[in-house]
Amino acid sequence: MSDFLAMGGYAEYVWSTFGLTAVVLVINMVGARRRLRNSLREAGLRAARQRRQAS
Amino acid sequence: MVTVVSAILRRDLELGFRRWGDVASPLMFFAIVTALFPLALSPAREVLQGLGPGVLWIAALLAMLLSLNALFRQDLEDGSMEQLVVGPHPLPLIMLAKALAHWLLSGLPLVLLAPLLAVTYHLPAEGVRALCVTLLLGTPTLSLLGSVGAALTAGVRQSGGLLALLILPLCLPVLMFGSRATALAAEGEVVTGPLYLLGALLALAVTLVPATSSAAIRISLD
Amino acid sequence: MKLPTWFHKLGSPPHFYRLATLLTPWFYVPAVLLLLAGTYGGLVLAPADYQQGDGFRIIYVHVPSAYLSTMVYGVMAVASAIGLIWRMKLAHSVAAAAAPIGAWFTFLALVTGAIWGKPMWGTYWEWDPRLTSELILLFIYLGYISLRGAFDDRDKADRACAVLALVGVVNLPIIHYSVIWWSSIHQGPTIKKLDAPSITGDMLWPLLVMILAYTLIFAALLLQRVRAEVLDRERNARWVLDIMGAPAQGN
Repeated sequence: MSDFLAMGGYAEYVWSTFGLTAVVLVINMVGARRRLRNSLREAGLRAARQRRQAS
Repeated sequence: MVTVVSAILRRDLELGFRRWGDVASPLMFFAIVTALFPLALSPAREVLQGLGPGVLWIAALLAMLLSLNALFRQDLEDGSMEQLVVGPHPLPLIMLAKALAHWLLSGLPLVLLAPLLAVTYHLPAEGVRALCVTLLLGTPTLSLLGSVGAALTAGVRQSGGLLALLILPLCLPVLMFGSRATALAAEGEVVTGPLYLLGALLALAVTLVPATSSAAIRISLD
Repeated sequence: MKLPTWFHKLGSPPHFYRLATLLTPWFYVPAVLLLLAGTYGGLVLAPADYQQGDGFRIIYVHVPSAYLSTMVYGVMAVASAIGLIWRMKLAHSVAAAAAPIGAWFTFLALVTGAIWGKPMWGTYWEWDPRLTSELILLFIYLGYISLRGAFDDRDKADRACAVLALVGVVNLPIIHYSVIWWSSIHQGPTIKKLDAPSITGDMLWPLLVMILAYTLIFAALLLQRVRAEVLDRERNARWVLDIMGAPAQGN
């Protein structure tokens, strides 16, 4: 196990790139999701307002 | 066709000479920036000879960029750009004339000033000659590329930094070929290769840019 | 040119919105599974390279992001061209949605390449043609995003950005080959290349899996972002109000 973590002496490089990749992927996933949530909320509020005005 | 081009050229040049400060400021900028490097780094002959080609080219590129913001400003403010767009003359030709006027006002003076500044960097005669030739071939391409950026940002407030961000990456090939050719020539090597490439870039820009910048200015206007 | 009807149908925002909502999980779930499989394969199953040792494993995250950085630009450019030529609003939404994803993966390719450079070249940054081109690509993405942000009028922003994206397509190969020429006279071929340590089958499959996973994750992210773009642009359209009548569901 510690052999695996040591990555043949390249541990800092391998783990930092893989870690950074994970971070960027998560940022993108959360970012896209949040962007969609915001748009949905906005559209929902607008629709609710219009319905209120109609009734 | 010829009349509309010459009319635009005459108008832009007249406007340029009337406000000669606008024409002179890129030149002064060019001179000052090139003077900064020996003062900041080292006045040693070898250092300056090594830096010269790159510094002179970068300073020329930035000086050209400085005057780009104003490329369409006057025409947009007094409404003459809209007249030109709806007018009977082909817009790409007009845009080509505008870019040519920009080059005559801010590119050509740089080419003329460059040898003087090159001497202060102790460039040998071959290097000075190569600098002039590369600038002569390269600066029109910069004017053309710049006109696309200026047309794209014509409708935007606060376009200064944005324009630089858009244009500089596109100008890199010209900068690389120009400064490397100058450096190689200063070392006494044959530089026909990069000169042909600079010429090819210019030919490509003359072909593709007018249509692109007219599309861009149409978008900015409506 | 006449377009087939399915294309028009795809270009209609409500239709696309519904399709995108339906498809997103079908890209997302396999993407995450393949990502895990590829990472396991790359870190555990693949043997160490005989020259670069375990350091070569960085290839499994560097190459897929480098590939995405250009592939996304291609998607952006094609979408921009479609948007300009056929005046299709949805295509502009796709281009707008692709840009930030492309910028992120370009950034990732750049940083992983630099970190890989440290054990291979002994330095984080080398003005190697590929890293340099990647850096310029990042600047072009940032310019695109800034230009979009500078306009108040969405329609104008769409078309100006489309022109910029197409200008970039013409320029990127020129920049790339200029950088190669420039560095070939600068430093000669002494620099060790980053890629292709003589790759064998058990090293290759995790790489292909990762490339596929990245492509799918891009598709999923793009679909989500396009949905958001479409909602923002069509906020007053009948169909959006109809959808919003039902409880909002996001995923």
